[in-house]
Amino acid sequence: MTFFLQLVISGLVIGGVYALVALGFVLIYKASDVINFAQGEFLLIGAHLTLTFMLVYNLPLIPAVLGALLVAVLLGAAVERLILRPLIGEPIISMIMATIGLSSALRGLLQVFWGTETRTFPAVFSQEAVSFGGLVVSPVYLWSLGLAVLLLAIFTFFFKRSLVGIAMRATADDQQAALSMGISVKIIFAVTWALAAAISTVGGVLLGNINGVNISLAHFGLKVLPVVILGGLDSIPGAIVGGFIIGLLENLAGGYLDPLLGGGVKEVAPFVILVLILMIKPYGLFGKQIIERV
Amino acid sequence: MPGPLKLRNPFAIECGVYKTSYEQDMAIHPTPLARLRLLAMLGAFTVFPLLADPYYVSVANLIAIASIGAIGLNILTGFTGQISIGHGAFLGVGAYAAGYLTSQLGWSFWLALPVAGAITALVGALFGLPSLRLKGLYLAMATLAAQVIIEFAMYHWTAVTGGSRGLLLSSPRLGGFQFDSEIRYYYLLLAFTVAAFVFAQNLTRTRIGRAFMAIRDRDLAAEVMGIELFRFKILAFALSSFYAGVTGALWGHYLTVVSPEHFTITTSIEYLAMIIIGGLGNVTGSVFGAAFMTLIPIVLRESAKALTGVLPNIETVVNALREFTFGATIILFLIFEPEGLAKIWKNMKDYFRLWPFTY
Repeated sequence: MTFFLQLVISGLVIGGVYALVALGFVLIYKASDVINFAQGEFLLIGAHLTLTFMLVYNLPLIPAVLGALLVAVLLGAAVERLILRPLIGEPIISMIMATIGLSSALRGLLQVFWGTETRTFPAVFSQEAVSFGGLVVSPVYLWSLGLAVLLLAIFTFFFKRSLVGIAMRATADDQQAALSMGISVKIIFAVTWALAAAISTVGGVLLGNINGVNISLAHFGLKVLPVVILGGLDSIPGAIVGGFIIGLLENLAGGYLDPLLGGGVKEVAPFVILVLILMIKPYGLFGKQIIERV
Repeated sequence: MPGPLKLRNPFAIECGVYKTSYEQDMAIHPTPLARLRLLAMLGAFTVFPLLADPYYVSVANLIAIASIGAIGLNILTGFTGQISIGHGAFLGVGAYAAGYLTSQLGWSFWLALPVAGAITALVGALFGLPSLRLKGLYLAMATLAAQVIIEFAMYHWTAVTGGSRGLLLSSPRLGGFQFDSEIRYYYLLLAFTVAAFVFAQNLTRTRIGRAFMAIRDRDLAAEVMGIELFRFKILAFALSSFYAGVTGALWGHYLTVVSPEHFTITTSIEYLAMIIIGGLGNVTGSVFGAAFMTLIPIVLRESAKALTGVLPNIETVVNALREFTFGATIILFLIFEPEGLAKIWKNMKDYFRLWPFTY
């Protein structure tokens, strides 16, 4: 029983980070109809930048994260301006390949500047494990889960109430109508990408605290794809729910099936779930069904 | 008037339209000069390994193998419009199938090759089943899932694949003749590449090829016209996977070892890059793209060696630079020349064809 609960806890924690990164995905898709395969690299950049600020410039955690956020925001806006703007109106395979190319380019740049070895964050949270009636949970997990939930709540509020959030939802819904209402779609695109990059930075810092920072963080971006498909590509609550579901299922599958199949089930399980979703409900739990009109 | 005018300038290829029969209009080579150009190129390819260093022949071998794979992917993505991020996995299926048949079951290479292609075609058709319900991005996700799942099988179905150690193969033989040197394998590959190219090029001119292109352009309209979407989509997946299987088998026997690290998602992305850089839907474009992508790492490595005097640490970052160049090239081509190298080649040919006019 404790094994099961252990898996559930770690599943929820990873699920929280998945939900955060999926939120960035969904934001970009909602606003500009682009699937961003480079989201994993944004995670990496955020984590590495925070580390550099902390280790090289000896800043404490919060200013380091803020510094990394600033750079990530600039990077997101730059990507939108330089790469996505020229490709508006091109067929979808061009957009997909452009973000795939971007992910390779960013990964290469990261390796040039930071190399490939694993780095760990200096201990920010206390190291002794907290015990929950038989379950041993490290405080890092609890902090990550708490932060993820807090951020998700903030973003939900942001989209429902703030002017910029409503403007983003309007642009995602119908660009021409938004333009006619006086919303500058160009600025909204830039804000969307900047926000997605910032979310990924936070996600990267959280993940880096749990698992250490190395190049495999980038594969996280690919693993988030089943999350967004499960939740629905254009649904923000779907991203959140999907994140937790996939995190749970992946950990449970990994815990119980690894001994049977010889390991590595955690990598495959989300994609098996992806195939099942695509066959049963391709638009996900909360996604809007696309009806093609002739 | 009968026949084309005799032109005084031999490089001005056409000057007006003088076709008087359907055969002349539909001919692959519009003028005798075009046919001559093709024969000259084939002659050059045949003579090349006898004159060049074995290193260059090995590069040419890699390009040939990549071309066959790229043509296969182009049939699926360029002709039929079904985006596939699973090509690397299908290459692996072909390589492991052929490898298992020749090394563990002792079959002859010449029998194992088509059987491996057929097995891969079946696997491809199976993973193409989602194309009945999914389009565009969602189909790409399904093929990505296929890639990951097949990769998992490659690592963990150790009875057949040998896990991460892989399989050891021996080079193919025909009677007493062993294809174990670069030059011998080159001629083998040349035959297969020419066959693959001619088949794909002819495919565009048949009913099936036209059905594929109709599906790509507007599949609802194609269905209304009577093209059975499901049948042709599955056929496209099967045909493309057959090409991938043959490529994998040839590659495995060229390297004489089959291991899972050659068939990752990076491979799939490399092949997608090949057809995009070369030109989607264009068979010669696939070959150009394959050559381009194969040559990038080599050019990078050589220029890094040459620049070591100026920038002493450059050799250590060459691997990372390679990924960066790869990604940056894709983006630059997408922004500045979305129709790829095939368009550039066509522009060059048109310059001579239409000279002294500009269009």
